[in-house]
Amino acid sequence: MSQFRVLLVDDEKEFVTTLAERMQIRGLDPEVAFSGEQALKILERSLPDVIVLDLKMPGINGLEVLRKVKKSHPQIQVIILTGHGSDRDEAAARRLGAFDHLQKPVDINDLVRVMELAFRQKSEVVPCDLSPAQPGPHAGGKSQKRE
Amino acid sequence: MEEKSYRKLQWKIVATTLSFSLIPLFALGISLYYQFSVSYTAKIIEMLGNRVENRRNAIDLFFDERVSQLYTMAYTQSFDQLKDEEYLNKVFTLMQMRSKSYVDLGIIDWEGYYVSYVGPYQLKGLNYKNEEWFQEVMLRGFYISDVFTGFRKFPHFILAVMRREGDRSWILRATIDTEIFDSMVKAAQVGQRGDAFVLNRNGVLETPPRFGGELLERLDYFKVSKFQGTRIEEMTVNGENNIYGMTWLRNKDWLLVIKESPREELMPLLRARFLVIGLGLGGILLLVVGTVFVTRTMIARLIKADREKATLDAGLMQSSKMAALGKLAAGIAHEVNNPLAVIKEKVGWLTDLLSEEDISKNENFQEFDDALRKIDYHVDRAKKVTHRLLGFARRMEPTQERVNVNKVLEETIDFLRNEAHYRNIEIHSDYALNLPETTTDSSQLQQVFLNILNNAIDALDKDGIITIQTVYCARDGEMAINIADTGPGMPNEVLNKIFDPFFTTKEVGKGTGLGLSISYSIVEKLGGRILVASKVGKGTTFTIYLPIMTQEQF
Repeated sequence: MSQFRVLLVDDEKEFVTTLAERMQIRGLDPEVAFSGEQALKILERSLPDVIVLDLKMPGINGLEVLRKVKKSHPQIQVIILTGHGSDRDEAAARRLGAFDHLQKPVDINDLVRVMELAFRQKSEVVPCDLSPAQPGPHAGGKSQKRE
Repeated sequence: MEEKSYRKLQWKIVATTLSFSLIPLFALGISLYYQFSVSYTAKIIEMLGNRVENRRNAIDLFFDERVSQLYTMAYTQSFDQLKDEEYLNKVFTLMQMRSKSYVDLGIIDWEGYYVSYVGPYQLKGLNYKNEEWFQEVMLRGFYISDVFTGFRKFPHFILAVMRREGDRSWILRATIDTEIFDSMVKAAQVGQRGDAFVLNRNGVLETPPRFGGELLERLDYFKVSKFQGTRIEEMTVNGENNIYGMTWLRNKDWLLVIKESPREELMPLLRARFLVIGLGLGGILLLVVGTVFVTRTMIARLIKADREKATLDAGLMQSSKMAALGKLAAGIAHEVNNPLAVIKEKVGWLTDLLSEEDISKNENFQEFDDALRKIDYHVDRAKKVTHRLLGFARRMEPTQERVNVNKVLEETIDFLRNEAHYRNIEIHSDYALNLPETTTDSSQLQQVFLNILNNAIDALDKDGIITIQTVYCARDGEMAINIADTGPGMPNEVLNKIFDPFFTTKEVGKGTGLGLSISYSIVEKLGGRILVASKVGKGTTFTIYLPIMTQEQF
């Protein structure tokens, strides 16, 4: 498993820090942001390969972050992880180029698996390609969501 | 609105319409009849008065002629001539030539003796000196008697004229044929019940009436005071109501009476009354029938319109209710998912730690591990609940999507499984595995399934089997969903009404009576149809046919 850089964005601090710690155990070294603003700030100095993003946050919300990230860094894969499951939000996220849409609470092993898939697909994408990432109706992600 | 208030409204409309149409009808009928009766009665009275007057003139003329004939004779012939019976007979024959008004003719001398006589009786030689009429005629020179029987013992009346010849006075006396006089009076009687007769000043009948009396009988009920002209009176005699026209004769103090039966004379009036009443009754009947018919049609339309509106309202209310419920469910699910996510991560973290360090050697390691596993398991359980809620919320928004009907059925059953379990109801399902997806609104479909399944559970109450079956009919391009229960079933009269809005067999307050009516309209909207079969004691089967639609068809 090749090492890749991860950014976790969620306003639920307890959740995101624990998730980060558990990922460390699994050999990843994720950065953590507690808000949309913080996440965008981090992006200014270092670019992650995969972002795990909550949708509902105070300030700049998840969809806004997603839009900005995909505009400036289309090669970064974004996985939406949210407690809210409206179809509209999911459709909007996928349209904006999210790699997948998962619902909280999620099993960490499933999450890591989706992250790896995203990273692997990212490697295949030509970095200078400006087109948004393929909306991926994805076998693994789909079944997870429908469960 | 209830049946009762519709009926009340109906009667109100009927009563108002009828009163507005009947009052003018009555007013018209009564006033027409009244006008007619007034003018007709006036006409009858006028005609009766005319007849009385004409008859009196005729009778007066008759007397005038007789009297003047006798005068002429008395003053052109001398006593000595007429004394001769042969001569008198010649004169009498001459008098009778044109009209046979006389019965006999005689000459009476100043002593009161009949000196000569022509006629059927043997009166010659009789002396009238002491008779009242003799005194009268000697005094006045002219006399008309009442009817009397006299020497001949037969009702008759006489005319007598006195002549002074030098120093002698003699009397020419004639007896009037009462039959001729009677028939003259009788000529005034009309119809079946009409009558005409003559009374003298004492109320004694001078001519025989047609009804109720005989010649020379006294009629007590006539007030025979003298008056001028004619008089019309309505009197009730012996329980019989009649109109009497009366007038006094000019030459003799006799009262001419013409009686008419109002029943006969007023027949046209009675006929008019019957006509008015008959037409009125006919009109009323027509109005009542027409009004009731029109009102009923109107109320039936009103009921139908109200029902349709109520169904529409109920459908709208139901869908807005469901939308609100969906929003609520989504909110709850979201709020619960976040803490669940934290718990899950914390548990994961602890599990990670347990596996990493030396704690596995701790004697309580197993306990910790078990507890964490259980927490994780129950978090997952809670997650399933919130995800189901979210799924429900998602389906409340009207959409068109590819739907696997088997799956929708299975999800719907999930909602009801607990309830069915408590009531010891088994739910068997038999899905067609080759059932294709169809483009439809899964939330609406789910509502239909939910309604029918709920009804099935309510029908079974406790213990029983619900069988759900899907069938793919490739030939017709549709699918059939059978939902059968082993409940008590329904008789035909209930079966005919189950899709009507507000029809319910559940107790008051439990059912809205809208579930099946809404389901019916949903299935129709989705292009399908819903059928029901039921047998009392056997159970009920609902069959929903749905067309199989590909995306393009929408």
